[in-house]
Amino acid sequence: MNIGQSIIEALETLNGNKLRSGLTILGIVIGVGAVIAMLAIGQGAQDTITGAISGIGTNLLFVSSGNHVQEVRNPKPLTLSDADAIADPFAAPNVLAVAPIIEGRADVTAGGETMSVSVTGTTPQYFILQNYALLEGDFLTQDNLQGNASAVVIGPGVADKFFGRRNGVVGETIRINGQPFRVVGILESKGGGMFGSQDNQVIVPFTTAQTRLIHRSVLNKVDQLYVQAVSAQAVPFANEEIKQILRQRHRTPVGVDDFTVFSQADFLSIAKTVTGVFTIFLGGIAGISLLVGGIGIMNIMLVSVTERTREIGLRKALGARKRDILIQFLIESSMLSLMGGLIGILLGWLLGFIVGRIAAASGTPFNPVISLNAILLATIFSAAVGLFFGIYPASRAANLEPVEALRYE
Amino acid sequence: MEKDWVIFAEDLEKVYQMGEVEVRALAGVSCSIARGEVVSIMGPSGSGKSTLMNILGCLDLPSSGKYLLDGEAVETLNDDQLADIRNRKVGFVFQSFNLLSRTTALANVELPLRYAGKVPDKKERARAALESVGLGDRMTHRPTELSGGQQQRVAIARALVNNPAIIMADEPTGNLDSKVGKEILDLLLALNRDKGTTLIIVTHDPAIAAQSQRIIHLRDGLVEEKK
Repeated sequence: MNIGQSIIEALETLNGNKLRSGLTILGIVIGVGAVIAMLAIGQGAQDTITGAISGIGTNLLFVSSGNHVQEVRNPKPLTLSDADAIADPFAAPNVLAVAPIIEGRADVTAGGETMSVSVTGTTPQYFILQNYALLEGDFLTQDNLQGNASAVVIGPGVADKFFGRRNGVVGETIRINGQPFRVVGILESKGGGMFGSQDNQVIVPFTTAQTRLIHRSVLNKVDQLYVQAVSAQAVPFANEEIKQILRQRHRTPVGVDDFTVFSQADFLSIAKTVTGVFTIFLGGIAGISLLVGGIGIMNIMLVSVTERTREIGLRKALGARKRDILIQFLIESSMLSLMGGLIGILLGWLLGFIVGRIAAASGTPFNPVISLNAILLATIFSAAVGLFFGIYPASRAANLEPVEALRYE
Repeated sequence: MEKDWVIFAEDLEKVYQMGEVEVRALAGVSCSIARGEVVSIMGPSGSGKSTLMNILGCLDLPSSGKYLLDGEAVETLNDDQLADIRNRKVGFVFQSFNLLSRTTALANVELPLRYAGKVPDKKERARAALESVGLGDRMTHRPTELSGGQQQRVAIARALVNNPAIIMADEPTGNLDSKVGKEILDLLLALNRDKGTTLIIVTHDPAIAAQSQRIIHLRDGLVEEKK
């Protein structure tokens, strides 16, 4: 029998029982829609998180004191001289720049308002490493650093809070822990990152922070070193060079390192693993609803075979072979699931779109991504569900004895 | 075989297993029907006439015995070959018409051709068959829009569309009033006369049986041939 004709006939049959077909399709629509939406949301979350990590800067390595994996006694703190040693182009040719960081919180006052914000003390290299851009003014300079200057670069959130605007703020004075600082630059917004919003911070010269704002027990102690490798390919080599230098300087050539080097790639792979698990988990739950939809198809096809026993008997009397009957019913069940799949893709897309809108409205930029893969997967999977759950009813129809089937009331 | 037998059956037996009990629906029936003959099969209910018709129509296989349909030995065939034989050699007309209610008269008549493999001009042949039963103007109607007599005409068109060797009619007038029933019977007889199609009618009605050339009486699974 001609396949095209069989498909038309199957559609006519399904059309003859609109409510039943519609409800059966609905089961698949919900299943496929849920799978598509969940995969899209998972993918969107992954993109947002990895995008935020990439936004920190490229080719970055983070060095901190202590060891998170193995126990280490009396770890030596990282110091400015460690930073200088790593910045030495002969000792570490794969390192492009190093920025030492000292962090704390401080009360910032301006125009009668006070807010607790995070204060970062660092060097001019930091701005390059972090891929920061300015709305106006300048970054901190080497002169600021050497002169213990009372200069500050503020995030756009801070500017909004104290001045209610983002331009014309350069030259204003704010008080950090009661001491006056002159605003020299305003950062462009970077949005929320995985370390909290970077928009609500103030950045001061390292020397100034160390002497006047954030007191540490060890002189020249830094909380973290941000290191930029010369290229993405150089990150592993830079990693190794940093370790060599620090082992030598901390006199731990053998045994456990008393510091940790973490690269951006490590963050990315962790984030991808986490969001990947999250996506599979959501998709799996959605997959269960697709399975339920498939069982719905099987159920309705079994009912249909019983109802149409006489028709099957007649077709057999007219010369239909087993295969003809099998194909007829398989096409019907596949049509049900395929139509459900197509509508489900639309529904999933719509759900993803709505979630994206809600996320955008609540201030988190988040774009659910419906990949071609997800669509193909859903289409093939739904057709496979129709075939799989259609096989049993169809083979029951095909194996009916013509005499028995014709006699059926 | 001196004569041109369309149906040549010898010693057909059919035994059903109903739980513990064996039921012999046919207990050795031999019958032969020549090409172009009109034969009625009569008998009280339980006499085995439905069983005989199912076997002669290749819907079922005998438990034992020999059956040649248009020269082909049927008892050795598998399900698919039986389907093929039914498609090419047998046309069925049922008491309750058995039309597909969702499709048009034309599509119903076309159905056997669809199962026949590559047949050219399916639509044309189906149209011609409908015209030959006088329903040329009802082709796109669905069975629910047709009267009982018209439905049975569609069924007859469907039975003859593949030019079968025999047409088997199982109580073809059973669901019709006597006037329409007579028209249907006349149509079947006219087909036999014009095309030479062998006609086998299973019936209770002696008036119908009287119009046939020969009557096979069945009783308790055996033939009592008269005339």
